[in-house]
Amino acid sequence: MDDLLREFLTESGEHLDTVDAELVRFEQDPNNETILRNIFRLVHTIKGTCGFLGLPRLEALAHAAETLMGRFRDGLPATSASVTLILLTLDRLKEILADLEATGTEPAGSDDDLISALERMAEGAPEASEPAAPPPPPEPVLPEPVARELKPGEVSLDELEAAFLAAPGPDESDFAAPLPAAPEPAPVSAPKVSEIKASAPKAEPAPVEATEAEPVRAEKAEAGPEGETAAASKNQTIRVSVDTLEHLMTMVSELVLTRNQLLEIARRHEDSSYKVPLQRLSHVTAELQDGVMKTRMQPIGNAWQKLPRVVRDLSAELGKQIDLVMVGAETELDRQVLEVIKDPLTHMVRNSADHGLESTAERVAAGKPARGTIRLAAYHEGGTITIEIADDGKGLNLAAIRKKAVERGLASQADVDRMTDAQVAKFIFDAGFSTAAAVTSVSGRGVGMDVVKTNIETIGGLIDIATTAGRGTTFTIKIPLTLAIVAALIVRAGEHRFALPQVAVLELVRVDAGAQRVERINGAPVLRLRERLLPIVSLTGLLGQAEAGTETEQAGFVVVAQVGRERFGILVDEVFHTEEIVVKPMSVKLRHIPMFAGNTILGDGAVVLIVDPNGVARQVAQGVQGSGGHADADDDAANEVADSKTTLLVFKGGQGSFKAVPLSLVTRLEEIECAKVEWLGGRALIQYRGRLMPLVPADPAITIKSEGTQALVVFSDGDRAMGLVVDEIVDIVEERLDIEIAADRSDLIGSAVLRGRATDIINIAHFLPLAYDDWARGLKRPEQLSTILLVDDSAFFRDMLTPVLKAAGYNVVTAASAEAALNTLQSDPEIEVVVTDLEMPGRSGFDLVAAMRRAEPRLAALPVIGLTGAIGADAVERARSLAIADLVAKFDRAGLIAALAELGAETVSKAA
Amino acid sequence: MQAANANATGAQAKGATTNGVETGATDDFVTVFVGETLFGLAIERVHDVFVPSGVTPVPLAPAEIVGLLNLRGRVVTAMSLRRRLGLPDAPDEADGSKANPKMAIGLEQAGETFALVVDGVGEVLKLGADSREAVPINLDPRFRNLATCVHRLDGRLLVILDVDALLGFTPAGAKAA
Repeated sequence: MDDLLREFLTESGEHLDTVDAELVRFEQDPNNETILRNIFRLVHTIKGTCGFLGLPRLEALAHAAETLMGRFRDGLPATSASVTLILLTLDRLKEILADLEATGTEPAGSDDDLISALERMAEGAPEASEPAAPPPPPEPVLPEPVARELKPGEVSLDELEAAFLAAPGPDESDFAAPLPAAPEPAPVSAPKVSEIKASAPKAEPAPVEATEAEPVRAEKAEAGPEGETAAASKNQTIRVSVDTLEHLMTMVSELVLTRNQLLEIARRHEDSSYKVPLQRLSHVTAELQDGVMKTRMQPIGNAWQKLPRVVRDLSAELGKQIDLVMVGAETELDRQVLEVIKDPLTHMVRNSADHGLESTAERVAAGKPARGTIRLAAYHEGGTITIEIADDGKGLNLAAIRKKAVERGLASQADVDRMTDAQVAKFIFDAGFSTAAAVTSVSGRGVGMDVVKTNIETIGGLIDIATTAGRGTTFTIKIPLTLAIVAALIVRAGEHRFALPQVAVLELVRVDAGAQRVERINGAPVLRLRERLLPIVSLTGLLGQAEAGTETEQAGFVVVAQVGRERFGILVDEVFHTEEIVVKPMSVKLRHIPMFAGNTILGDGAVVLIVDPNGVARQVAQGVQGSGGHADADDDAANEVADSKTTLLVFKGGQGSFKAVPLSLVTRLEEIECAKVEWLGGRALIQYRGRLMPLVPADPAITIKSEGTQALVVFSDGDRAMGLVVDEIVDIVEERLDIEIAADRSDLIGSAVLRGRATDIINIAHFLPLAYDDWARGLKRPEQLSTILLVDDSAFFRDMLTPVLKAAGYNVVTAASAEAALNTLQSDPEIEVVVTDLEMPGRSGFDLVAAMRRAEPRLAALPVIGLTGAIGADAVERARSLAIADLVAKFDRAGLIAALAELGAETVSKAA
Repeated sequence: MQAANANATGAQAKGATTNGVETGATDDFVTVFVGETLFGLAIERVHDVFVPSGVTPVPLAPAEIVGLLNLRGRVVTAMSLRRRLGLPDAPDEADGSKANPKMAIGLEQAGETFALVVDGVGEVLKLGADSREAVPINLDPRFRNLATCVHRLDGRLLVILDVDALLGFTPAGAKAA
């Protein structure tokens, strides 16, 4: 029964979808009997099966709908109202089916509203025809009987017909008593039924079987000469579970790989007796692979099936006349891809109907045909499928988008003016971006297009917009045919090979020390490409393998890639070839790494990682968005490398000496014009991002220049910012930090050797109060001073974090080791929160927390925040098991403050 | 898992069904060694024993993960038992030849295959409850969290590893015991 029900659910779902689409067609072409017959047959099948499975609610609804459709067949004109009513009924049927699928039983409820409406509609037909002729209606529609001998177990059409007539059906005879509880079939049918049973799959009590007989008849009739005119769904097909196909796919992928390995071996051995069978194996494998791939393919029309209905409803709702033209519905693509694009496509069609097309009045005024057209087209192009959604509406309002982009701070006015129309148009893919003057129930809420873009990008697709004012807008989506196999460029970066999906690759540029070379702006690599600057990232650097970006200038290749609006170059050492690779998902342990989309096995048996262009783009974009450029990007890189290294910004300050500050503390690097510096009460200030920012020299010996430009290192905390005046920004270095000499100046923490140069490490805590005298006192939360125990083995971090925490309004006690921390905890009852480094030599932070949890109740209950160099899944889990409230990356100052604030809020709410 | 850790006191630990421990009966363990220590893995969990080759390191991955390798057409995530236990890499691996460790055990977890890289693989032992001991409480927590019990063998000890904990899928809280 369970299997039967499941089968019924999938089948009915498909049938209802078809009926949906067909009804809309029928409404436009009410004289087309073929369509009507098809609809009638499908609803009838559903009704019959429902009766068979004992689903009275569904059956009653289907029956009522069928009755009305029976009247259409008898010549009742199909009005828009009646079609709408039937569509509503179909929606109700779908709801019930969904419930049935979820719970296994038909939900309780009443459909009397719809049923009586349907009946009224059916009765409200021209009175003349009804009493006059109650003829057996199916007669004129029936196809010619199939002229061939019956096989054993088959029944002749005549017999079926007789059984059908005897059974309760859409006939007028039942129509007299249209109660939801369908009348029991007349016992007359019993003898015929026994014959039918032979061909029916399951033996059931006779009365029920009679209802079952109807679908059987319908199927047989359809198989007759007129069968071809029915929808293509009646091909010879069997249902195979997706799991079976997936498994088959995996096996074939493995077969392909094994074959490749064999070929590799055969190439090395000159034994010709292998060659012929191997060649055959190779061919067969290729064919098998094709075949299996085909089983995963589905026509894109499946994703479009709902659209006619959507457009019909929309055109009624919006009062616009809309034609939907669909071209290339038979274009096939992978089932998995189809699933992903289904919803985005629906959304875009809705968008086109609502925003794209003007109202009928506007169209007429503009001299366009009153009916707007939305054209959906799909076709193959290379290894990808292209889908176009075009409307002949008013086009995007680019001026409004430009204005909105500036308002929302997505780009500056200057940027926006420089951008091409195509670039501007792409702003509509940003979250929350809507230029619709009025928010309608259909769209204009600014959600959606960003989701569309994300969905398409997750499957490695691209989306583009072309728009002409007054002529319409065309969205072009390019997606790979399948997700399982993609064309990829195999490259080498450092010692290892990687695969880069070809869809994102625009071109390859060879770079060396000569004409085409990578240049640097303040350390950030860029490439001049056809008079445009292209930001470059090195793949080795991105993956944390490079030795501080020293060898990137050498010869190599730049893979020019585009993801969304971002165009960038990925620097690799060598490019090998393109290969069709089978994408295998990353292990759950590695899925958190944004740089990789999966992995694959190459022909030579080696495993290579597939680089995710979206992940790379995000890294690049992070560098581009902050105006400090590479500062942010390097900061990220620093967060990902081992904990003991620190990224420092090196600058010159005061008598040519080198000074450094941890990059993580720096918000931005700026060059300002000295003319803009203003003096108020003896203090230098500058208008910066709409606020006044105090300027503080990094060394008493520095004087703020009076002309030219002045380099600044900007620090900010919340909405305050301070500009540290330096002579020159020199470099960013990532090094293990050993502070060698502790200076006795409060503006310095000490000195260290960086890149072979003695460098002073400045103490930001000294400068902050110079800019705002209340900064260190922490005006923000004066009412509540928690005492924090900060545990870190590195004196540097203790010194760095203490002022930060103090500035945020906490009292800070420090400890250099787990032992010291435990002692302090026992002796100081004031401590309310522990912030500890998790990776310490000897007893780690985890050990410390474990010891606390075992200790007296006061310590056991203390909230703990862990600082860690790399937050891995493992660490998270361990932290959770020790009830560590939060894990914060070691350099993430803002994150730490936020975590503490959250803890504070929690404690307060608990106390309340 | 918590039950296994807490109850494995010489008596029967019925909770440890994942490791196939049953009352009275003997269990088979595949023994592996890392340095001088002998570890046991329930034989039901061991799918393969093989020599790992061609390991592709994964940049930015957690330290325990050595990389990915191709095991008869399947991509397998290789994890170092040494690193999982917080031990330094073996001396001969430390000079950058980590990519070619000596032996690996194929384990399966939630439909995914992992390769546990060890220094060597020993024989399969059939052990009963009579030699079983609870995990000594003074063991390094990293060991304690991953072990279910210890067996006394002639002249040496066998630490039975909890495969689920090893692969890091133990539900949160279980390790706090």
